Amino acid sequence: MSASTTYRTLRAVLIFLVCAVIALPIVWMIAAAFKTNVQVTDPTVGLVFSPTWDNFRGVLADGALVQSLGNSLLIGAVSTALSVVIAVPAAWAVGRFRMRRTGSMVLVARIVPAISLLVPWYYMFAQLGLVGSHLVLILSHMFVSVPLILWIMIGFFEGLPVELEDAARTDGLSAFGAFLRIALPLAAPGTASAAVLAFIFSWNNFIFALILADERTMTMPVLLFNFMSYASTDWGGLMAAATLMTVPVLLAAVFGQRYLVAGLTAGATKG
Amino acid sequence: MTTTSTRPAVGATPGRRTPSSGTRPMVTFEQANRRLKWALLTPALGFVGLMIVFPLAFTINLSLTDAFGAVNAGNSFVGLQNFADALTDTRRFWPAVGRTVVFTLVAVLLETVLGLALAMLMRKPFRGMEIVRTILMVPLLATPVAIGILWMLILDPTNGIANHLLGFVGIPPQEFLGSVSQSLPTLMLIDVWQWTPMMTVLLLAGLTTLPEEPEEAAKVDGANAWQRFVHIILPMLRTTILTALVLRGVDALKTFDLIYATKGPGGGSDFEAETLNVYAYGLTFDYQEYGLASAVLVLFTLFIVAIVVVLRRRTERSAS
Repeated sequence: MSASTTYRTLRAVLIFLVCAVIALPIVWMIAAAFKTNVQVTDPTVGLVFSPTWDNFRGVLADGALVQSLGNSLLIGAVSTALSVVIAVPAAWAVGRFRMRRTGSMVLVARIVPAISLLVPWYYMFAQLGLVGSHLVLILSHMFVSVPLILWIMIGFFEGLPVELEDAARTDGLSAFGAFLRIALPLAAPGTASAAVLAFIFSWNNFIFALILADERTMTMPVLLFNFMSYASTDWGGLMAAATLMTVPVLLAAVFGQRYLVAGLTAGATKG
Repeated sequence: MTTTSTRPAVGATPGRRTPSSGTRPMVTFEQANRRLKWALLTPALGFVGLMIVFPLAFTINLSLTDAFGAVNAGNSFVGLQNFADALTDTRRFWPAVGRTVVFTLVAVLLETVLGLALAMLMRKPFRGMEIVRTILMVPLLATPVAIGILWMLILDPTNGIANHLLGFVGIPPQEFLGSVSQSLPTLMLIDVWQWTPMMTVLLLAGLTTLPEEPEEAAKVDGANAWQRFVHIILPMLRTTILTALVLRGVDALKTFDLIYATKGPGGGSDFEAETLNVYAYGLTFDYQEYGLASAVLVLFTLFIVAIVVVLRRRTERSAS
């Protein structure tokens, strides 16, 4: 009895310490975003200080940052929506027609280093006059999100009982009808988690926009990187911008943790 | 989207309705819906294929030329010269290979061990489990560039909180990312901070699918916790561990955002954090050495594919 109490206490302490190590750097970043530039560079100023919104006011008054925020949202939303439209039906087909080998071909996209594609993409899209456009960024981000959504959803559809669709088909629905009316609604939670993950992957993507974007279409991570190179002393502003980048992620973690775990582990536990 | 709603016509075979409401349709699902199947698969597979097949062919082709300056400027075929140049380059290429391997091995090994330990701790439900799981999600979803900048503030040699805290326990200030020798180890630690939770999430998912009987039986037979972990849980978790290793390993080998954001082009002035990906990026976009860069990238891709194939084979063997 006492041995198990000791174990439980020890476990609680360890888990608490791990959480502290994971969370504190993020807390530190958010805190720094609310500090003056004097406070940010003074390590004796901890987490207790009178917060200021000046850093946020500063970065949001910067037209380039607001524009890149808009770009990131637009590119993330459109690339995710288009990827859902093409990847979810494909995932259903792979799952229902037992074509896992065909489906796993898209995993090649996860293996190949992105840089080996960037030069040809740049060349290809330059021929089409698309470099620097939103479209080229949407397409490049879809290259990540289509395989991601496909992979998550294959597992999801395989987990749905096929009997429901069979029953719908004997009642006169076509196979596609069964997909649209039966499987798709049942797959809504899976689709939502896949879509949120795809959006976050797009939101976080740095390298594609680093090469394929121009001043007008630059996304947040690239802006943050540029901001750091020329304004490395403005820690408060940097932290405010980094915090703005992290807000959607924090919201997703808080409200969608369970679904995101399901999405992230899809395929991983099955191999 | 309106385009997809016009598509059902392809697969909607009117004669599908089978008179018998028996257990099975008369024609098999696969036969009746071959066209539907491809109609649904083609957009996704076609898109990924278009984005990857031509570019890879283009890169392989470039790797055999002396392309420099502009990809579409005239270049001539040089055979395997770029590969020979890369493989005999002990100043940039081989050190970059070494850093890539060391970075990946150390980081992924630590992430696996720590991730597994944390997953074992979190295996049985406890109060606050949901909060802990939420906290775990944050680093692995956060933007790598933002993570890099955040750690630069924390690890700033003069003004960072890290050195301030080290001072309390009597450790002299460290240079961290500002020094040649500490850059790569520091980056590994940041990587461990960011990705250990990912390993925990993956392994925890694997742990919850394990049957409880073998462990209970071992418990009855008097095996202690460590013995049960080593002899019962680890063997059953093998497949999950190997799969997680592949997933994380591939991403770790390709780590770019964090290194480039914190160390800049070339991984620092002495190339101290230059991994293969950073090297290839610099060759391509800073030096416009497209031929050599493509050769490096072809070698890098082959290297990753080889690792994945070997690990996958082991995974399949352990699964069967």
